[in-house]
Amino acid sequence: MKLVVNGEEHVVEVPVETSLAEVLRDELGLTGTKVACNEGHCGACTVQVDGMPVLSCITLAHTVSGRVTTIEGLRDHPLVAAFVRADAVQCGFCTPGQVVSAAALVAASPEPTVDEIRHAMAGNICRCGTYPKIEEAILHWRD
Amino acid sequence: MARLIRTEKEVEGRFEEVWLVVEEDPLSQWPAGPRDVVGRAATRKDALERVRGEARFTADIRLPGMLHAAVLRSPYAHARAARVDLAPALALPGVRAAIGPDDAPGLETEAGYVGAPVAAVAAETDAQARAGAAAIAVEWEQLEIVVDPEEAVERGLLHGEPERYERGDFDDAVAHADVVVEGTYTTSVVLHNALETHQSVCEWVGDRLDVYTSTQYVWGVREEVAKGLGIAPDKVRVVCEYMGGGFGAKNSAGEFTFAAAVLARATGRPVRCALTRREENVAAGNRNGTIQKLTAAARSDGTIVALGGEFINALGWDGWSASTEGPMKMLYACDNVRTVRSTAKINTPPMKAFRAPGFVEGTFGLECIVDELAKKLDLDPLEMRRKNDATSNDGTPYSSKNLAECYARAEKHWERRHEVRARSDARWKRGVGMASQVWYGGGGPPSYAWTRVGSDGRIVVVTAMQDIGTGTRTAMAQIAAEELGVPLDRVEVALGDTARGPYATLSAGSSTTPSVGPAVRAAAADAKRQIVEIAAQRYDLEERVLDIRDATIVSADGNLSVDLTEFLSMLGNAQILGKGARGPNPTGMSVLTFGVQVVEVAVDVETGEVRVERVAAIHDVGRIINPLGAESQVEGGIIQGIGHTLSEQRLLDPETGRVLTTTLDAYRVPTIADVPEIVCEFVDEPDAHLTNLGSKGLGEPPIVPIAAAIGNAIRDATGADVHGLPITREEMLRALKERRGAPAAV
Ligand code: FES
Ligand code: FES
Repeated sequence: MKLVVNGEEHVVEVPVETSLAEVLRDELGLTGTKVACNEGHCGACTVQVDGMPVLSCITLAHTVSGRVTTIEGLRDHPLVAAFVRADAVQCGFCTPGQVVSAAALVAASPEPTVDEIRHAMAGNICRCGTYPKIEEAILHWRD
Repeated sequence: MARLIRTEKEVEGRFEEVWLVVEEDPLSQWPAGPRDVVGRAATRKDALERVRGEARFTADIRLPGMLHAAVLRSPYAHARAARVDLAPALALPGVRAAIGPDDAPGLETEAGYVGAPVAAVAAETDAQARAGAAAIAVEWEQLEIVVDPEEAVERGLLHGEPERYERGDFDDAVAHADVVVEGTYTTSVVLHNALETHQSVCEWVGDRLDVYTSTQYVWGVREEVAKGLGIAPDKVRVVCEYMGGGFGAKNSAGEFTFAAAVLARATGRPVRCALTRREENVAAGNRNGTIQKLTAAARSDGTIVALGGEFINALGWDGWSASTEGPMKMLYACDNVRTVRSTAKINTPPMKAFRAPGFVEGTFGLECIVDELAKKLDLDPLEMRRKNDATSNDGTPYSSKNLAECYARAEKHWERRHEVRARSDARWKRGVGMASQVWYGGGGPPSYAWTRVGSDGRIVVVTAMQDIGTGTRTAMAQIAAEELGVPLDRVEVALGDTARGPYATLSAGSSTTPSVGPAVRAAAADAKRQIVEIAAQRYDLEERVLDIRDATIVSADGNLSVDLTEFLSMLGNAQILGKGARGPNPTGMSVLTFGVQVVEVAVDVETGEVRVERVAAIHDVGRIINPLGAESQVEGGIIQGIGHTLSEQRLLDPETGRVLTTTLDAYRVPTIADVPEIVCEFVDEPDAHLTNLGSKGLGEPPIVPIAAAIGNAIRDATGADVHGLPITREEMLRALKERRGAPAAV
């Protein structure tokens, strides 16, 4: 199958039951995408497909025809600096997924309200509780 | 000079008498307040790689030829594996090795809970390993199960003997008190659910073993693995550069590490063993539930004269019994205290330390009943607390205590209660509550650090500690930068590898900063002394007139001012190496952390929904190294505490002992939508008796008082007394009904 990830086209041979997260992490070595539950409950594995946030752990790789963007493709996004500035990272295991979700949000709504942020980010669990800082980072992502 | 002492060492509120070699530390503390680097907000040294997904966690380690291991777990809460046949697993495609009970530490014949590890399989893929584990044929002999802690206590199914404590004359004090309040409080099992599950990758290199593991204690895992496998500790190297959260559950090696190590030896290939999220929810440890039958008695002027508690720690099959009675003994100046703590051994998953174990649970009961007492006496809860504030820890003086200052700073938040209540309407009742906090957090020796100064003027702090997400890497860099007189960006910290740094303590018990920080400062001071010595020779000046400031070597008279990097460049490949050790804790003193939280809630009296709207947290943990990171710790602790107070509920089938909530969908940790406004303040007063820093730990204090503060705010809002965690809608409605005098629905 063919997969376009961060603007690059890849050809991978994987069984039909392989998740997008497995392809990204194990076939393409893009380990920035984390898997914390592997069943669609935490958001750690969030990537974008054609700009929309998608849980890569419950997405079969073979069903993906759009352009995939992972944290590796967003490393220079202003949100990264905003997260660093706001201290919106503790252990960092949820953080790439948070940034990917947030990037989709600010692309759709460049000046999100607190309510919009809470709505869009509610699927990204952070057990360390960096939420106040994440909110701050997204509110001030362009500063 | 090294000195051998016999001392008490505290970790997570557990004390041990140990021999310790300590090194005297002649450095005097920096004056209070922000310095050039220490005490100033710093973004994390490792933030960029964590945010960009470049940080390599154990979960990301893929070694060439690596196999995947899966663990077979008991389907029964209590059973004996009479026969374990590994052959069916070995016959499956991809399976390379299988081990059974007794082949590796942690794999056992007797299973005491559903999920207890029994056997393990290594295969080419994770799916093949899981298929292999499922294929292992086990002949189970089922044994009787007990999951009810009260039944276990009645029947004497205990871990150890009950712990008793008494001071003064409790019975007499109760008999002569003006008011007595009694109540039973319960707290439920709480699951850590760090986002990176427990996991290890093991690889043998000759007779040496490399262990990559998600741990809070690289050095402890080294010892444990060496002992478990019967090899010399120096043959084991444990690596954990980045880890995805622990909260107390990752202080030891675990069966997954041993299984990976033994399977790696059997196959000659690296083996990875990672728990799934569902395994994490049954077999990775938990905060045990408690039952607390409490009595509080006072004189009409508000003086607390007696406190008593019968505590049951519902420990599960394994774990250790934390001091649930600790806050009752320590928070108030009450002369008559009687506690007994029984530890039930039941067929449920084992306890592991969870962020201030014992004190989180005990503070809920104590601080709720103290407010009930205040209500009965018609006294202001803040005044009640001030009046009864303890002046010593059961006779032992404090190294420092600024709880009174915390109370003073809490006033303005407490004052808001009139205005908050006034915002109630027919459906949403609003109120304000508070609770205080006492906990350990002083750390202790031993811990060591080295500093390496290169001719490029850059400094590396080397120590085999770990940064579990608390920002300790950054705090250590700040301390070294401050001591050496250089900006923070000149300093790196190399940690998380037992082969590449000296011993450092575990990242638990709020002990990392107070334990390793002073060693880092001492190591930086040692390097600085050497730089000054060389500079004195080079410029023919006395050492005592030289100093390093703003990365410049300066003389007291101002005549010499040489850029540090320029000066060091003459070293070429030579390096300056500093070493430092953590000095002893003050003898005869109690090193404790204190704080108070004021919480505003809104309660929907129709549905029982509770919303936390604002939390003000004021904590006294000595000197603050990084105010930004400290704020994050407070917010994180409070949010985690709101989870166990309101939404996190582990359900267990009482018939089978099976955990029913094994996913992050069923077990509801807080999301960004649950977060209140959080205001945090620190007293930031260095503990003059504690090391060269005066800093205590902050990882745990913020999670201690939050549940009680929420419970007390609910009482303020509705008049209802909640007695059980989590305060689900059912519990809230029950309490509201009880308040209205209707029969309590259960
Ligand atoms: S790992 Fe995909 S949602 Fe949790
Ligand atoms: S930073 Fe640890 S889970 Fe979010």
